Amino acid sequence: MALSSAAQNPWVDWGYVRDNRDTILTALEQHVTLTLTTVVIGTLIALPLAVVARRWRWLRGPVIGTAGVLYTIPSLALFSLLAPWTGIGARTVLIGLVMYALLLLVRNVLAGLDGVPDEVREAARGMGYGPVRMLLVVELPIALPAVMTGIRLATVSTVALVTVGVVVGYGALGGLIVSGFDNNFYKAQIFTATALCVLLALLLDLLLQLATRLLVPWARGRAAA
Amino acid sequence: MSYLSDAFTWLNDPLNWKGPDGVTARLVEHLEITGLAVLLGAVLALPLGVWLGHAGRGGTLTVALTNASRAVPTLAALTILVVATGDLGNAPTIYALALFAAPPMLANAYVGVRGVDRDVVEAARGMGLSGLQTLLRVELPLALPLLMAGIRTAVVQVLATAPLAAYVGGGGLGRLIRSGFSTQDYGQTLAVALLVAALALAAEGLLAAAQWAVTPGRSLAARRPRPVELSDPVPARP
Repeated sequence: MALSSAAQNPWVDWGYVRDNRDTILTALEQHVTLTLTTVVIGTLIALPLAVVARRWRWLRGPVIGTAGVLYTIPSLALFSLLAPWTGIGARTVLIGLVMYALLLLVRNVLAGLDGVPDEVREAARGMGYGPVRMLLVVELPIALPAVMTGIRLATVSTVALVTVGVVVGYGALGGLIVSGFDNNFYKAQIFTATALCVLLALLLDLLLQLATRLLVPWARGRAAA
Repeated sequence: MSYLSDAFTWLNDPLNWKGPDGVTARLVEHLEITGLAVLLGAVLALPLGVWLGHAGRGGTLTVALTNASRAVPTLAALTILVVATGDLGNAPTIYALALFAAPPMLANAYVGVRGVDRDVVEAARGMGLSGLQTLLRVELPLALPLLMAGIRTAVVQVLATAPLAAYVGGGGLGRLIRSGFSTQDYGQTLAVALLVAALALAAEGLLAAAQWAVTPGRSLAARRPRPVELSDPVPARP
Protein backbone atom coordinates (compact mmCIF):
# COMPACT_ATOMS: atom_id res chain seq x y z
CA MET A 1 0.00 0.00 0.00
CA ALA A 2 2.02 2.97 -1.16
CA LEU A 3 0.37 6.29 -0.65
CA SER A 4 0.95 9.01 -3.15
CA SER A 5 3.81 11.01 -1.74
CA ALA A 6 2.43 14.18 -3.25
CA ALA A 7 -0.74 14.08 -1.16
CA GLN A 8 -0.28 15.55 2.29
CA ASN A 9 -1.53 13.27 5.00
CA PRO A 10 -0.23 14.45 8.37
CA TRP A 11 -1.17 12.81 11.68
CA VAL A 12 -1.88 16.16 13.30
CA ASP A 13 -3.98 18.53 11.22
CA TRP A 14 -5.95 21.41 12.72
CA GLY A 15 -7.63 21.90 9.37
CA TYR A 16 -9.32 18.54 9.78
CA VAL A 17 -10.45 19.40 13.30
CA ARG A 18 -11.82 22.77 12.18
CA ASP A 19 -13.67 21.42 9.15
CA ASN A 20 -15.17 18.47 10.98
CA ARG A 21 -15.93 20.02 14.30
CA ASP A 22 -19.54 18.89 14.38
CA THR A 23 -18.77 15.27 13.50
CA ILE A 24 -16.02 15.09 16.10
CA LEU A 25 -18.17 16.68 18.79
CA THR A 26 -21.07 14.32 18.05
CA ALA A 27 -18.76 11.30 18.33
CA LEU A 28 -17.23 12.65 21.52
CA GLU A 29 -20.65 13.26 23.01
CA GLN A 30 -21.73 9.70 22.15
CA HIS A 31 -18.53 8.43 23.73
CA VAL A 32 -19.06 10.35 26.96
CA THR A 33 -22.75 9.40 27.15
CA LEU A 34 -22.04 5.70 26.60
CA THR A 35 -19.22 5.68 29.15
CA LEU A 36 -21.15 7.48 31.88
CA THR A 37 -24.33 5.46 31.31
CA THR A 38 -22.32 2.24 31.46
CA VAL A 39 -20.61 3.14 34.72
CA VAL A 40 -23.83 4.39 36.36
CA ILE A 41 -25.87 1.33 35.34
CA GLY A 42 -22.95 -0.96 36.20
CA THR A 43 -22.67 0.55 39.66
CA LEU A 44 -26.42 0.35 40.25
CA ILE A 45 -26.31 -3.37 39.40
CA ALA A 46 -23.03 -4.10 41.17
CA LEU A 47 -24.00 -2.60 44.55
CA PRO A 48 -27.00 -4.85 45.26
CA LEU A 49 -25.19 -7.86 43.76
CA ALA A 50 -22.26 -7.35 46.11
CA VAL A 51 -24.54 -6.79 49.10
CA VAL A 52 -26.46 -9.98 48.29
CA ALA A 53 -23.22 -11.95 47.76
CA ARG A 54 -22.04 -10.73 51.15
CA ARG A 55 -25.17 -11.65 53.01
CA TRP A 56 -25.42 -15.15 51.54
CA ARG A 57 -21.84 -16.40 51.45
CA TRP A 58 -22.52 -19.28 49.07
CA LEU A 59 -23.54 -16.79 46.39
CA ARG A 60 -20.10 -15.15 46.44
CA GLY A 61 -18.43 -17.76 44.22
CA PRO A 62 -21.16 -17.86 41.56
CA VAL A 63 -21.47 -14.05 41.39
CA ILE A 64 -17.73 -13.41 41.01
CA GLY A 65 -17.38 -16.45 38.75
CA THR A 66 -20.14 -15.34 36.38
CA ALA A 67 -18.72 -11.83 36.18
CA GLY A 68 -15.28 -13.33 35.50
CA VAL A 69 -16.57 -15.50 32.67
CA LEU A 70 -18.37 -12.52 31.11
CA TYR A 71 -15.13 -10.54 31.38
CA THR A 72 -13.25 -13.26 29.52
CA ILE A 73 -15.51 -13.22 26.46
CA PRO A 74 -13.79 -11.17 23.73
CA SER A 75 -15.59 -7.90 23.06
CA LEU A 76 -15.97 -8.47 19.32
CA ALA A 77 -17.49 -11.87 20.07
CA LEU A 78 -19.76 -10.51 22.82
CA PHE A 79 -21.13 -7.72 20.64
CA SER A 80 -21.63 -10.19 17.79
CA LEU A 81 -23.41 -12.62 20.11
CA LEU A 82 -25.76 -9.89 21.34
CA ALA A 83 -26.36 -8.21 17.99
CA PRO A 84 -28.88 -10.65 16.48
CA TRP A 85 -31.19 -10.10 19.46
CA THR A 86 -30.48 -6.59 20.65
CA GLY A 87 -29.90 -5.09 17.23
CA ILE A 88 -27.28 -2.86 15.70
CA GLY A 89 -26.68 0.25 17.75
CA ALA A 90 -26.17 1.88 21.10
CA ARG A 91 -28.23 -0.60 23.12
CA THR A 92 -26.03 -3.57 22.20
CA VAL A 93 -22.86 -1.65 23.01
CA LEU A 94 -24.29 -0.53 26.34
CA ILE A 95 -25.33 -4.04 27.40
CA GLY A 96 -21.92 -5.45 26.49
CA LEU A 97 -20.04 -2.69 28.27
CA VAL A 98 -22.08 -3.08 31.45
CA MET A 99 -21.32 -6.82 31.43
CA TYR A 100 -17.60 -6.05 31.39
CA ALA A 101 -17.76 -3.33 34.02
CA LEU A 102 -19.53 -5.65 36.47
CA LEU A 103 -16.44 -7.71 37.32
CA LEU A 104 -14.33 -4.73 38.40
CA LEU A 105 -17.22 -3.09 40.23
CA VAL A 106 -18.58 -6.14 42.07
CA ARG A 107 -15.13 -7.28 43.14
CA ASN A 108 -14.26 -3.93 44.61
CA VAL A 109 -17.58 -3.33 46.34
CA LEU A 110 -17.31 -6.79 47.92
CA ALA A 111 -13.72 -6.22 48.99
CA GLY A 112 -14.68 -2.82 50.40
CA LEU A 113 -17.53 -4.30 52.44
CA ASP A 114 -15.21 -7.11 53.59
CA GLY A 115 -12.83 -4.47 54.86
CA VAL A 116 -15.31 -3.00 57.35
CA PRO A 117 -13.96 -3.91 60.82
CA ASP A 118 -16.23 -6.12 62.89
CA GLU A 119 -15.90 -3.82 65.93
CA VAL A 120 -17.44 -1.03 63.88
CA ARG A 121 -20.38 -3.23 62.96
CA GLU A 122 -20.79 -4.32 66.55
CA ALA A 123 -20.72 -0.72 67.74
CA ALA A 124 -23.34 0.31 65.19
CA ARG A 125 -25.52 -2.64 66.12
CA GLY A 126 -25.15 -1.67 69.78
CA MET A 127 -26.38 1.79 68.90
CA GLY A 128 -29.52 0.22 67.51
CA TYR A 129 -28.75 0.42 63.78
CA GLY A 130 -30.81 -1.92 61.58
CA PRO A 131 -29.28 -3.70 58.58
CA VAL A 132 -30.34 -1.08 56.00
CA ARG A 133 -29.20 1.89 58.03
CA MET A 134 -25.99 0.05 58.88
CA LEU A 135 -25.31 -0.53 55.17
CA LEU A 136 -26.04 3.05 54.11
CA VAL A 137 -24.56 4.98 57.00
CA VAL A 138 -21.73 2.75 58.22
CA GLU A 139 -20.63 0.07 55.78
CA LEU A 140 -20.83 1.83 52.42
CA PRO A 141 -18.95 4.96 53.54
CA ILE A 142 -16.13 2.78 54.89
CA ALA A 143 -16.13 0.75 51.67
CA LEU A 144 -16.12 3.89 49.55
CA PRO A 145 -12.38 4.08 48.73
CA ALA A 146 -12.42 0.53 47.32
CA VAL A 147 -15.68 1.24 45.48
CA MET A 148 -14.24 4.41 43.94
CA THR A 149 -11.15 2.52 42.79
CA GLY A 150 -13.43 0.04 41.04
CA ILE A 151 -15.37 2.88 39.41
CA ARG A 152 -12.16 4.52 38.19
CA LEU A 153 -10.90 1.26 36.67
CA ALA A 154 -14.25 0.56 35.06
CA THR A 155 -14.44 4.08 33.63
CA VAL A 156 -11.00 4.04 32.03
CA SER A 157 -11.45 0.60 30.52
CA THR A 158 -14.96 1.50 29.30
CA VAL A 159 -13.66 4.56 27.44
CA ALA A 160 -11.24 2.30 25.56
CA LEU A 161 -13.89 -0.34 24.96
CA VAL A 162 -16.55 1.93 23.51
CA THR A 163 -14.45 2.06 20.33
CA VAL A 164 -15.12 -1.63 19.72
CA GLY A 165 -18.80 -0.77 19.42
CA VAL A 166 -17.94 0.09 15.83
CA VAL A 167 -18.52 -3.60 14.99
CA VAL A 168 -22.21 -3.15 15.68
CA GLY A 169 -22.28 0.25 14.04
CA TYR A 170 -21.99 2.41 17.17
CA GLY A 171 -18.41 3.00 18.18
CA ALA A 172 -18.47 6.79 18.77
CA LEU A 173 -14.79 7.83 18.43
CA GLY A 174 -14.03 4.25 17.34
CA GLY A 175 -16.28 4.86 14.35
CA LEU A 176 -14.08 7.80 13.36
CA ILE A 177 -10.96 5.63 13.70
CA VAL A 178 -12.28 2.88 11.46
CA SER A 179 -13.82 5.22 8.90
CA GLY A 180 -10.53 7.14 8.83
CA PHE A 181 -8.84 3.83 8.05
CA ASP A 182 -11.34 2.85 5.38
CA ASN A 183 -11.19 6.33 3.90
CA ASN A 184 -7.73 5.99 2.38
CA PHE A 185 -5.72 5.94 5.61
CA TYR A 186 -6.88 9.39 6.73
CA LYS A 187 -4.24 9.92 9.44
CA ALA A 188 -5.59 13.16 10.92
CA GLN A 189 -8.97 11.55 11.61
CA ILE A 190 -7.44 8.41 13.15
CA PHE A 191 -5.07 10.40 15.32
CA THR A 192 -7.61 13.00 16.47
CA ALA A 193 -10.10 10.32 17.53
CA THR A 194 -7.40 8.30 19.33
CA ALA A 195 -6.06 11.33 21.15
CA LEU A 196 -9.58 12.30 22.25
CA CYS A 197 -10.14 8.77 23.61
CA VAL A 198 -6.97 8.86 25.67
CA LEU A 199 -7.60 12.41 26.89
CA LEU A 200 -11.18 11.54 27.82
CA ALA A 201 -9.98 8.53 29.83
CA LEU A 202 -7.40 10.65 31.65
CA LEU A 203 -9.85 13.49 32.30
CA LEU A 204 -12.58 11.21 33.68
CA ASP A 205 -10.01 9.44 35.86
CA LEU A 206 -8.81 12.79 37.20
CA LEU A 207 -12.38 13.92 37.96
CA LEU A 208 -13.09 10.67 39.78
CA GLN A 209 -9.87 11.06 41.72
CA LEU A 210 -11.00 14.52 42.82
CA ALA A 211 -14.45 13.18 43.68
CA THR A 212 -12.81 10.49 45.81
CA ARG A 213 -10.86 13.14 47.71
CA LEU A 214 -14.04 15.06 48.43
CA LEU A 215 -16.06 11.98 49.37
CA VAL A 216 -13.45 10.23 51.49
CA PRO A 217 -11.20 12.91 52.94
CA TRP A 218 -9.94 10.48 55.60
CA ALA A 219 -8.36 8.23 52.95
CA ARG A 220 -6.44 11.03 51.28
CA GLY A 221 -3.06 9.56 52.14
CA ARG A 222 -3.98 6.18 50.69
CA ALA A 223 -5.63 7.58 47.56
CA ALA A 224 -2.46 9.44 46.68
CA ALA A 225 -0.37 6.29 46.87
CA MET B 1 -33.84 -18.65 18.51
CA SER B 2 -33.53 -19.09 14.75
CA TYR B 3 -30.13 -17.36 14.74
CA LEU B 4 -28.73 -20.07 16.98
CA SER B 5 -29.93 -22.83 14.70
CA ASP B 6 -28.51 -20.89 11.73
CA ALA B 7 -25.21 -20.79 13.58
CA PHE B 8 -25.18 -24.53 14.14
CA THR B 9 -26.16 -25.19 10.55
CA TRP B 10 -23.27 -22.98 9.46
CA LEU B 11 -20.83 -24.80 11.72
CA ASN B 12 -22.04 -28.16 10.44
CA ASP B 13 -21.33 -27.30 6.84
CA PRO B 14 -17.92 -28.81 6.00
CA LEU B 15 -17.49 -26.25 3.21
CA ASN B 16 -17.23 -23.50 5.79
CA TRP B 17 -14.25 -25.21 7.37
CA LYS B 18 -12.14 -25.66 4.23
CA GLY B 19 -10.15 -23.36 2.03
CA PRO B 20 -8.07 -20.25 2.66
CA ASP B 21 -11.05 -18.43 4.19
CA GLY B 22 -12.37 -21.46 6.08
CA VAL B 23 -12.65 -21.80 9.83
CA THR B 24 -9.65 -24.13 10.07
CA ALA B 25 -7.27 -21.82 8.22
CA ARG B 26 -8.50 -18.73 10.07
CA LEU B 27 -8.28 -20.50 13.42
CA VAL B 28 -4.68 -21.54 12.75
CA GLU B 29 -3.91 -17.98 11.68
CA HIS B 30 -5.57 -16.66 14.84
CA LEU B 31 -3.44 -18.94 17.02
CA GLU B 32 -0.26 -18.02 15.11
CA ILE B 33 -0.92 -14.30 15.55
CA THR B 34 -1.65 -14.81 19.25
CA GLY B 35 1.39 -17.00 19.82
CA LEU B 36 3.81 -14.65 18.09
CA ALA B 37 2.39 -11.56 19.79
CA VAL B 38 2.60 -13.10 23.27
CA LEU B 39 6.09 -14.43 22.55
CA LEU B 40 7.29 -11.03 21.38
CA GLY B 41 5.67 -9.32 24.36
CA ALA B 42 7.20 -11.87 26.74
CA VAL B 43 10.70 -11.44 25.31
CA LEU B 44 10.39 -7.71 25.98
CA ALA B 45 8.52 -7.74 29.27
CA LEU B 46 9.59 -10.77 31.31
CA PRO B 47 13.36 -10.13 31.55
CA LEU B 48 12.75 -6.43 32.20
CA GLY B 49 10.13 -7.11 34.87
CA VAL B 50 12.24 -9.77 36.58
CA TRP B 51 15.30 -7.51 36.57
CA LEU B 52 13.37 -4.50 37.88
CA GLY B 53 11.87 -6.66 40.63
CA HIS B 54 15.27 -8.09 41.53
CA ALA B 55 16.89 -4.66 41.62
CA GLY B 56 13.89 -3.30 43.51
CA ARG B 57 13.32 -0.29 41.34
CA GLY B 58 11.07 0.81 38.52
CA GLY B 59 7.84 0.32 40.45
CA THR B 60 6.57 3.71 39.33
CA LEU B 61 7.45 2.95 35.72
CA THR B 62 5.61 -0.38 35.84
CA VAL B 63 2.49 1.16 37.33
CA ALA B 64 2.57 4.05 34.87
CA LEU B 65 2.92 1.71 31.88
CA THR B 66 0.13 -0.54 33.10
CA ASN B 67 -2.23 2.36 33.65
CA ALA B 68 -1.39 4.05 30.36
CA SER B 69 -2.00 0.82 28.47
CA ARG B 70 -5.50 0.69 29.92
CA ALA B 71 -6.42 4.06 28.47
CA VAL B 72 -5.30 3.41 24.88
CA PRO B 73 -7.97 1.65 22.82
CA THR B 74 -6.52 -1.45 21.17
CA LEU B 75 -8.45 -0.67 18.02
CA ALA B 76 -6.64 2.67 17.81
CA ALA B 77 -3.20 1.11 18.32
CA LEU B 78 -3.93 -1.50 15.65
CA THR B 79 -5.09 1.14 13.19
CA ILE B 80 -2.19 3.49 13.83
CA LEU B 81 0.41 0.74 13.42
CA VAL B 82 -1.13 -0.51 10.20
CA VAL B 83 -1.37 2.99 8.77
CA ALA B 84 2.11 4.00 9.95
CA THR B 85 3.76 0.97 8.40
CA GLY B 86 1.45 0.79 5.39
CA ASP B 87 1.49 -2.99 5.81
CA LEU B 88 -1.89 -4.70 5.45
CA GLY B 89 -0.55 -8.11 6.45
CA ASN B 90 -0.43 -9.65 9.90
CA ALA B 91 2.90 -8.14 10.99
CA PRO B 92 1.56 -4.80 12.33
CA THR B 93 -1.24 -6.70 14.07
CA ILE B 94 1.35 -8.81 15.87
CA TYR B 95 3.36 -5.74 16.93
CA ALA B 96 0.26 -3.92 18.21
CA LEU B 97 -0.94 -6.98 20.13
CA ALA B 98 2.56 -7.49 21.58
CA LEU B 99 2.38 -3.95 22.94
CA PHE B 100 -0.79 -4.87 24.80
CA ALA B 101 0.51 -8.26 25.94
CA ALA B 102 3.61 -6.72 27.52
CA PRO B 103 2.17 -4.62 30.42
CA PRO B 104 0.43 -7.44 32.33
CA MET B 105 3.52 -9.65 31.99
CA LEU B 106 5.81 -6.81 33.03
CA ALA B 107 3.69 -5.90 36.04
CA ASN B 108 3.29 -9.49 37.21
CA ALA B 109 6.98 -10.28 36.80
CA TYR B 110 7.90 -7.16 38.76
CA VAL B 111 5.37 -7.76 41.53
CA GLY B 112 6.22 -11.48 41.64
CA VAL B 113 9.96 -11.03 42.11
CA ARG B 114 9.59 -7.94 44.29
CA GLY B 115 7.06 -9.70 46.48
CA VAL B 116 9.33 -12.57 47.46
CA ASP B 117 9.71 -12.56 51.25
CA ARG B 118 12.73 -10.35 52.09
CA ASP B 119 13.74 -12.72 54.89
CA VAL B 120 14.07 -15.57 52.40
CA VAL B 121 16.25 -13.41 50.14
CA GLU B 122 18.38 -12.34 53.12
CA ALA B 123 18.80 -15.99 54.13
CA ALA B 124 19.92 -16.90 50.62
CA ARG B 125 22.45 -14.05 50.69
CA GLY B 126 23.61 -15.17 54.11
CA MET B 127 24.26 -18.65 52.75
CA GLY B 128 26.66 -17.08 50.31
CA LEU B 129 24.55 -17.06 47.16
CA SER B 130 25.45 -14.38 44.66
CA GLY B 131 22.89 -11.95 43.25
CA LEU B 132 22.37 -14.06 40.14
CA GLN B 133 22.16 -17.30 42.12
CA THR B 134 19.59 -15.75 44.46
CA LEU B 135 17.57 -14.65 41.46
CA LEU B 136 17.70 -18.01 39.69
CA ARG B 137 17.36 -20.37 42.64
CA VAL B 138 15.20 -18.42 45.07
CA GLU B 139 13.36 -15.44 43.61
CA LEU B 140 12.36 -16.85 40.22
CA PRO B 141 10.91 -20.16 41.50
CA LEU B 142 8.90 -18.28 44.13
CA ALA B 143 7.71 -15.71 41.59
CA LEU B 144 6.66 -18.38 39.10
CA PRO B 145 2.94 -18.40 39.93
CA LEU B 146 2.70 -14.65 39.34
CA LEU B 147 4.79 -14.84 36.16
CA MET B 148 2.32 -17.49 35.01
CA ALA B 149 -0.61 -15.26 35.96
CA GLY B 150 0.84 -12.50 33.77
CA ILE B 151 1.25 -14.83 30.82
CA ARG B 152 -2.31 -16.07 31.31
CA THR B 153 -3.69 -12.53 31.30
CA ALA B 154 -1.65 -11.69 28.22
CA VAL B 155 -2.70 -14.78 26.26
CA VAL B 156 -6.40 -14.34 26.98
CA GLN B 157 -6.21 -10.64 26.23
CA VAL B 158 -4.46 -11.16 22.90
CA LEU B 159 -6.81 -13.99 21.88
CA ALA B 160 -9.67 -11.64 22.63
CA THR B 161 -8.19 -8.62 20.83
CA ALA B 162 -6.93 -10.39 17.73
CA PRO B 163 -10.41 -10.48 16.11
CA LEU B 164 -10.36 -6.66 15.92
CA ALA B 165 -7.46 -6.88 13.48
CA ALA B 166 -10.01 -7.87 10.84
CA TYR B 167 -11.19 -4.25 10.80
CA VAL B 168 -7.76 -3.02 9.73
CA GLY B 169 -6.80 -5.65 7.20
CA GLY B 170 -5.54 -8.38 9.53
CA GLY B 171 -6.50 -12.04 9.41
CA GLY B 172 -7.73 -14.54 11.95
CA LEU B 173 -11.24 -15.48 13.07
CA GLY B 174 -12.32 -11.83 13.20
CA ARG B 175 -12.35 -11.90 9.40
CA LEU B 176 -15.25 -14.36 9.44
CA ILE B 177 -17.19 -12.38 12.06
CA ARG B 178 -16.77 -9.25 10.00
CA SER B 179 -17.83 -10.90 6.75
CA GLY B 180 -20.88 -12.30 8.54
CA PHE B 181 -21.84 -8.76 9.53
CA SER B 182 -21.24 -7.31 6.09
CA THR B 183 -23.32 -9.97 4.33
CA GLN B 184 -25.91 -9.88 7.15
CA ASP B 185 -25.32 -13.60 7.66
CA TYR B 186 -25.92 -13.53 11.41
CA GLY B 187 -25.72 -17.32 11.57
CA GLN B 188 -22.08 -17.10 10.50
CA THR B 189 -21.35 -14.15 12.81
CA LEU B 190 -22.89 -15.95 15.76
CA ALA B 191 -21.13 -19.24 14.98
CA VAL B 192 -17.68 -17.67 14.79
CA ALA B 193 -18.35 -15.44 17.80
CA LEU B 194 -19.21 -18.58 19.78
CA LEU B 195 -15.95 -20.17 18.62
CA VAL B 196 -13.91 -17.12 19.68
CA ALA B 197 -15.63 -16.98 23.07
CA ALA B 198 -15.05 -20.71 23.59
CA LEU B 199 -11.41 -20.29 22.61
CA ALA B 200 -10.86 -17.50 25.16
CA LEU B 201 -12.62 -19.41 27.93
CA ALA B 202 -10.68 -22.61 27.14
CA ALA B 203 -7.37 -20.74 27.19
CA GLU B 204 -8.31 -19.08 30.47
CA GLY B 205 -9.22 -22.44 32.00
CA LEU B 206 -6.09 -24.25 30.79
CA LEU B 207 -3.72 -21.50 31.88
CA ALA B 208 -5.48 -21.17 35.24
CA ALA B 209 -4.81 -24.87 35.76
CA ALA B 210 -1.16 -24.38 34.76
CA GLN B 211 -0.87 -21.48 37.19
CA TRP B 212 -2.39 -23.59 39.95
CA ALA B 213 0.10 -26.38 39.18
CA VAL B 214 3.13 -24.11 39.64
CA THR B 215 1.81 -22.52 42.84
CA PRO B 216 3.58 -23.88 45.91
CA GLY B 217 1.38 -24.63 48.91
CA ARG B 218 -1.65 -24.09 46.72
CA SER B 219 -4.88 -23.73 48.57
CA LEU B 220 -8.35 -22.56 47.79
CA ALA B 221 -8.07 -19.82 50.39
CA ALA B 222 -5.75 -17.95 48.05
CA ARG B 223 -8.57 -17.70 45.53
CA ARG B 224 -10.64 -15.41 47.71
CA PRO B 225 -11.25 -12.25 45.69
CA ARG B 226 -9.34 -9.24 46.88
CA PRO B 227 -9.84 -5.63 45.88
CA VAL B 228 -8.50 -4.65 42.51
CA GLU B 229 -5.92 -1.92 42.96
CA LEU B 230 -5.16 0.74 40.39
CA SER B 231 -1.66 -0.65 40.05
CA ASP B 232 -2.92 -4.18 39.44
CA PRO B 233 -2.18 -5.75 36.11
CA VAL B 234 -5.90 -6.01 35.31
CA PRO B 235 -6.26 -6.40 31.60
CA ALA B 236 -8.15 -3.70 29.81
CA ARG B 237 -10.77 -5.86 28.24
CA PRO B 238 -10.12 -5.45 24.50
